[in-house]
Amino acid sequence: MPQDRLSANPPERAARRSSRRHAGPSRRAFLTAGTAVGGGLLLSLSLPGFRGMAAEGKAGAAALNAFVSIAPDNSVTIVAKNPEIGQGVKTMLPMLIAEELDVDWKQVRTEQASFDPSLYEGQFAGGSMATPLNWLPMRRVGAAARQMLISAAMLAWKVPQSECATQSGQVRHLPTGRTLTYGVLSATAAKLPVPDLNRVKLKDPKDFKIIGHSIPGADSPLVVEGRPLFGIDTVVPGMLYAVFQKCPVFGGKVASANLDAIGKLPGVRHAFVVEGAAGHAFAAEGEMQLTGLMPGVAIVADSWWRADKARRQLAVRWDEGPTSRQSSEGFARRAAELADKPAEKTLRNDGDAAAALKGAARVVEAAYAYPFLAHATLEPQNCTAHVQGGKAEIWAPTQNPDAGRKLVAQTLGLDEKNIVVHLTRIGGGFGRRLMNDYMVEAAWISKVTGAPVKLVWNRSDDIQHDFYRPAGWHFLKGGLDKNGKLVAWHQHFVSFGGNGKFASSAGMSANSYPAGRVANLFYGASMMPLGVPTGPLRAPGDNGLIFVFQSFIDEMAHAAGKDPLQFQIDLLGGRTVLPGGFDTGRARDVLEKVREVSGWGNRQLPAGTGLGVAFAYSHLGYFAEVVEAAVSAAGRVNVNKVWAVGDIGSQIVNPTAAVNMAQGAILDGLGEALNQKITIDKGRVAQANLDTFAPLSMTQAAPIEVHFLVSDNSPTGLGEPPLPPAVPALCNAIFAATGKRVRSLPVDPKTLRV
Amino acid sequence: MRYTLHVNGGEHTVDVDGDTPLLWVLRDAIDLKGTKYGCGIGRCGACTVHVDGAAVRSCRMPVADVGKSAVTTIEGVGNTPAGAWLQAAWLEVDVVQCGYCQAGQIMSAAALIARNAAPSDGDIAAAMDGNICRCGTYLRIQEAIKRAAKNHSATPAERKGA
Ligand code: FES
Ligand code: FES
Repeated sequence: MPQDRLSANPPERAARRSSRRHAGPSRRAFLTAGTAVGGGLLLSLSLPGFRGMAAEGKAGAAALNAFVSIAPDNSVTIVAKNPEIGQGVKTMLPMLIAEELDVDWKQVRTEQASFDPSLYEGQFAGGSMATPLNWLPMRRVGAAARQMLISAAMLAWKVPQSECATQSGQVRHLPTGRTLTYGVLSATAAKLPVPDLNRVKLKDPKDFKIIGHSIPGADSPLVVEGRPLFGIDTVVPGMLYAVFQKCPVFGGKVASANLDAIGKLPGVRHAFVVEGAAGHAFAAEGEMQLTGLMPGVAIVADSWWRADKARRQLAVRWDEGPTSRQSSEGFARRAAELADKPAEKTLRNDGDAAAALKGAARVVEAAYAYPFLAHATLEPQNCTAHVQGGKAEIWAPTQNPDAGRKLVAQTLGLDEKNIVVHLTRIGGGFGRRLMNDYMVEAAWISKVTGAPVKLVWNRSDDIQHDFYRPAGWHFLKGGLDKNGKLVAWHQHFVSFGGNGKFASSAGMSANSYPAGRVANLFYGASMMPLGVPTGPLRAPGDNGLIFVFQSFIDEMAHAAGKDPLQFQIDLLGGRTVLPGGFDTGRARDVLEKVREVSGWGNRQLPAGTGLGVAFAYSHLGYFAEVVEAAVSAAGRVNVNKVWAVGDIGSQIVNPTAAVNMAQGAILDGLGEALNQKITIDKGRVAQANLDTFAPLSMTQAAPIEVHFLVSDNSPTGLGEPPLPPAVPALCNAIFAATGKRVRSLPVDPKTLRV
Repeated sequence: MRYTLHVNGGEHTVDVDGDTPLLWVLRDAIDLKGTKYGCGIGRCGACTVHVDGAAVRSCRMPVADVGKSAVTTIEGVGNTPAGAWLQAAWLEVDVVQCGYCQAGQIMSAAALIARNAAPSDGDIAAAMDGNICRCGTYLRIQEAIKRAAKNHSATPAERKGA
């Protein structure tokens, strides 16, 4: 309970703690104690909208969900079903339940569920979907539990419901003022029928006491004490440690390796070749991401350090396969060639862009490019697995346990039912852990060795074996009429894929804005074959595309001689909802608000300093951002300040977490723009650690003002929407500061020198 | 080789290769999992501990070099006033996102405010810039350090008034 910890005077707390240091409960004991909170209410509920069971009047029949237990002492344990990657879901989901249950947050302890599709649906972290998918269902869980507790009190007092009210974990009999705690009522309540979840009464938002109030992260007190929470902290008795060396060229096979020599090194217990298993590393857009098991050499030792040290003596002759000549340079060259040819595929064709360009008063042409990116979660990929006798137990920092379990089952020939997946806290996700390659590797190595195994990738494994944000090349022409109105847009996107299908996260929607707002618009795409695995990185698609769209709109604004922010608003036009769900009115509102809070148009800036604006509709959220950037004579970019305005609906569930998340996403975008690039050379990744692939550092971080506009829309997620506009807003600010247009990422200071 | 280490006020004898980084000795031989592995090359700060009070990247320090020095980890830093104020400030400011970097952040910050009671923005940047937060919690880290430094250097009466 964070509040309790907050109120303690730290030095006293330190003294207390040191006396119990060695007797302190281990994390596992702590979790077990949670599930053992005995004698209380364990509510098993089925969720409408997930399975539709309750709607058919079969609540509790087959699709049971267990979220809430209440002990006689009135302490409440609430299960968070989704994996925690730092998005705050272990706090947010229980907040939704606790609100409608009508308890005080200080009564609540939250607990991470294991993966269990028989109890919980939608156990994944991705797409900024936790809020929109759970906003009503989790509240209904809490409301149903509250109703059962009221019913128990009605039985005890023999009074009608109309005379009962709840508050702070108690039912109160209004005429007499009598109260009973939930803890006292819970045993009876648990035996009562579960109400129809579609009909339970939900609170009026104006009565919210938890939702909309800042609740600190549920696990943070444990994090700041360094308690073992993460996947990499897992300990299983008798466990061995593994490293796994894959071919630097993706999918390359082991021709031979000096396994005998490796097997004799200190501490090494096993060294063997993993042939790999069919399965695709390169799923097309929208397909299930079963990643297969890549070939390689496993080294298993009595400590991780010894396993990783033994790897330095490993000599493998690889059969590198057909993609060992691919390179970023080659892709860029080929993209430029393809640009001169007609697009292979038409994504959208409104009006007649070619004719409109011919007739335009002013035409702007530009070629944009962005590189491959790795995720570089600070906790490297890892997994602990114990496979024996047709069963597996797995401790996995995964965003996507369902796909992981399927992959393990398929690859090892196990029945999914016989695979238990425990969800650990996760040291950063960003989409990387939607893939489960580390999970199937750990399971395979455990199966071969017959021992529980903790597989930990070193940082080079992590940077060099990712599912990368795909690079992209865009060739654009825009046309203005004599009034400076954008009348033509022609865009040829050169991406990756084959057989007319984009590689994972390498696509572009036909509805991408400004589609629908330019009368003559052509979007086409051509694809190059790729041996590099790609996948979603935070705000997939948008993290590259929005840079291109919003930068080029800024170019057109300057070409038209108009204020870029006003140009954006004029282009959005009247309030309407475009195909794809894009609400131009909401976009206008965030732009107007960011104009106001940033002082756009009213600020005197020194030479070499500029403001840039951009917005995005991404993952159901609307963000407009203004960046103030200063560029030195040497071309060094310094971000002075960022203003961000978001509209993610009618309610910010947890304001402290929301601001933190928005700031983090914006800094993530700035890091991508300023620092990051993965280069492919000879079919492999050239970067190998955080020195050459550097996340944003503290000195690069700028103050960020975050504002939320409350709109009349159901609440949506926040992990992704703030990121995309940060990139073009920065680049547009650099243009305002220097007159130099950034058309290729990351920003290259050499090109900005005066 | 056997080494006796002085960690968080206790003695631990471990049997490991002399080139094993202190990081892996702490994590896997002594089972103190709070100190984190991020890069292994001194570029992320996740593995930061104190050796005789100084912030050190434990991934770069072989156990053979530790000798009789006093090692403090995130599990023990709460027993120092600076560490305790920092942990409290971290919770008040609600710094944590994924949390993986935070042990290293707090250890770097604790070494800073133990020697500099009123760090300027520049001091904070200089001491903290080697600690990466992939989630981007930097703004709150700066705020929490300032808050903790203020409490740490304040008299009890001033603290009450705060
Ligand atoms: S693990 Fe030591 S600095 Fe990164
Ligand atoms: S909180 Fe995730 S790396 Fe810092």
